[in-house]
Amino acid sequence: MYAYDEIDRTLVNERVSEFRDQVKRRLSGELTEDEFKILRLQNGVYLQLHAYMFRVAIPYGTLATNQLRALAHVARKYDRGYGHFTTRQNIQFNWIKLAELPDALADLADVGIHAMQTSGNNMRNVTSDQWAGVAPGEIEDPRIWSELIRQHTTLHPEFSFLPRKFKIAITASDHDRAAIKIHDIGLKLIRNEKGETGFEVLVGGGLGRTPFIGKTIKHFVHGRDILSYIEAILRVYNQYGRRDNIYKARIKILVHELGIEKFSREVEEEWQHIRNSSLQIDDEVIEDIRSRFTYPAYEKLPHMPDELRQAAADPDFEAWRKNSVAPHKVQGYSIVTISLKPIGGPPGDATAEQMDALADLADRYSFGEIRVGHEQNLALPHVAKRDLPALWKALDKLGLATPNVNLITDIIACPGLDYCSLANARSIPIAQELTRRFANHELANLIGRLHINISGCINACGHHHVGHIGILGVEKNGEEVYQITIGGRADENAALGTLIGPGVKFDEVADVIEDVVEAYLALRERPEELFMDTVKRLGVEPFKERVYATR
Amino acid sequence: MPLVNGGKIVDDGFVKLAVDTPLPEGGDILVPAERFLGEAEGLLKRAGKVGVIWPNNRDIGELVPYLGKLATVALVFPTFRDGRAYSQARLLRERHNYRGELRATGQVLRDQFVFMLRAGFDAFEVKKQADAEAFMQTAKRYSVFYQPTGDGRITALHRRMQLRHSEGVGT
Repeated sequence: MYAYDEIDRTLVNERVSEFRDQVKRRLSGELTEDEFKILRLQNGVYLQLHAYMFRVAIPYGTLATNQLRALAHVARKYDRGYGHFTTRQNIQFNWIKLAELPDALADLADVGIHAMQTSGNNMRNVTSDQWAGVAPGEIEDPRIWSELIRQHTTLHPEFSFLPRKFKIAITASDHDRAAIKIHDIGLKLIRNEKGETGFEVLVGGGLGRTPFIGKTIKHFVHGRDILSYIEAILRVYNQYGRRDNIYKARIKILVHELGIEKFSREVEEEWQHIRNSSLQIDDEVIEDIRSRFTYPAYEKLPHMPDELRQAAADPDFEAWRKNSVAPHKVQGYSIVTISLKPIGGPPGDATAEQMDALADLADRYSFGEIRVGHEQNLALPHVAKRDLPALWKALDKLGLATPNVNLITDIIACPGLDYCSLANARSIPIAQELTRRFANHELANLIGRLHINISGCINACGHHHVGHIGILGVEKNGEEVYQITIGGRADENAALGTLIGPGVKFDEVADVIEDVVEAYLALRERPEELFMDTVKRLGVEPFKERVYATR
Repeated sequence: MPLVNGGKIVDDGFVKLAVDTPLPEGGDILVPAERFLGEAEGLLKRAGKVGVIWPNNRDIGELVPYLGKLATVALVFPTFRDGRAYSQARLLRERHNYRGELRATGQVLRDQFVFMLRAGFDAFEVKKQADAEAFMQTAKRYSVFYQPTGDGRITALHRRMQLRHSEGVGT
């Protein structure tokens, strides 16, 4: 956990008081809605279909239990008793009242949570691997660097009014759980041949209506230079990124139009001017940040405790354990993913009661720490294996033990037309129907790892391009129509999906997905060949033929 | 539109010239970039101070040869969501060591004052009277800054180091 000091707390409080003044000026008419819009967006406040939506940052997906309780409190006191975890380690509240927002922010500030730059054309929440610090084989805990970059990008005087939003993600593992290749800047923590820590820097990834996979702009940037290098990228982008057309304003378009070689030359030139400036980070500064991350005092525990051996007789426990429990870097401990994808439920939602109860469980079983992943699930990062059976029972009672992590019902979906003013089509009901169709755990397990991602419009908040199966809702002649892609992925081998045929109507989507899955089951060489591997081996044609033959 | 300079509302001594306004005999003038570059020599020779209004999509490098002779550079915020002039301001101050007045023009609201001060602006053509009057109060809104810029304010990272070392002395 990173502990805020007085300096961090002061800044958050100053921000709350500034926002309170801005809301007051809006309510008195001193600020026009047009002026206020930009200001509220800088604080994560959107105007949605039915009400204001409030997006709160969970930097690099790490929460302490008092912070999760504060989120539950906001859900209960200012909203309708639930929150929605997003694909970028944020939580959204959908029914907040403008006049109460400053109070909600102040309540969150008390526990070191803020909503700065969770929307607007600025540097958004810095995201990272939800298993940071506990995944085996990591270079080092990427959250130290994430926090450094979080601080540097917070209220940046030069880059708070960029051409468009700007997202940075960091991973320190070979297996990328942070989706760095679909970010404006993706950072992969690596060591060079001298053993120095630095980053492979990717730029220009992003989804939306013109999706791109990020390209490597520099193979190694030393850790001490990372702020100046990011600053150089941003300075080039701030000056030359397009501002004439909102759909062409992301850095991915600039990188694409200039070409990565020219773009990287521009950045390099700028970087040479500033790399030996006060942006250079000395070891002491990094150590200071590192020292404010605390790690649990792990016990020396057996690899296979008796409790686990005994519980193995219960098939329901075993189904959950095999699905949701992952290896921890410390023997005797596990990382437990908590599915927020109950059968028939909206993906990523948690009630205030669930959040409070989960905070209690994290205190008891996970050294008071909770993680939030971009797949819209939560995780308890430090669970002793002997506690797994007890934890499972408790989670099950809360409806939080659905054993579907990484399976076909672990769906990523945006809020869609049920909430969002940008949406053209509903997302949540599609997800709900699909979870019902594949509710049978044996069937889902037989299918194996398969990610379905659903977006209710071309802006792609549901990451449909990088779903193994992607579903994009559009509007055609006043009707919701869904385009289906296959073969996308968001990990270290990130790829964009390919359309398999004409769009289908709302009522037909689940049938088509069932056909795609049936085609896969018939086409796969052996049970271990995952959906995405079959698509890679065969291309989309055989799927297209089977799915559309009868339509 | 009130002008704030040195934290106070002041009279603007500069007359803004359009591309084709006849040149006044004396007095301080603020000239669009294009006209300035075309007539720089003549403009700089006359009595009275000269400033230039520089658009946010033009390379600030073109202005560098004249920086020592300019009394003010006015950078433009066509809308307050267009932040290009923040980069221009920092480049003028931090790379080209420009020390004259750096003026923010266009859609300038109180909510940008801190960012602008940090980027190196010291004069502000403020859109609303109430915002101009609230300048001093607003400028003091923040006491913590995470990024180093040319304004010299100590960053949070370095303040922590200072605290650490001073604590070290005491123990």
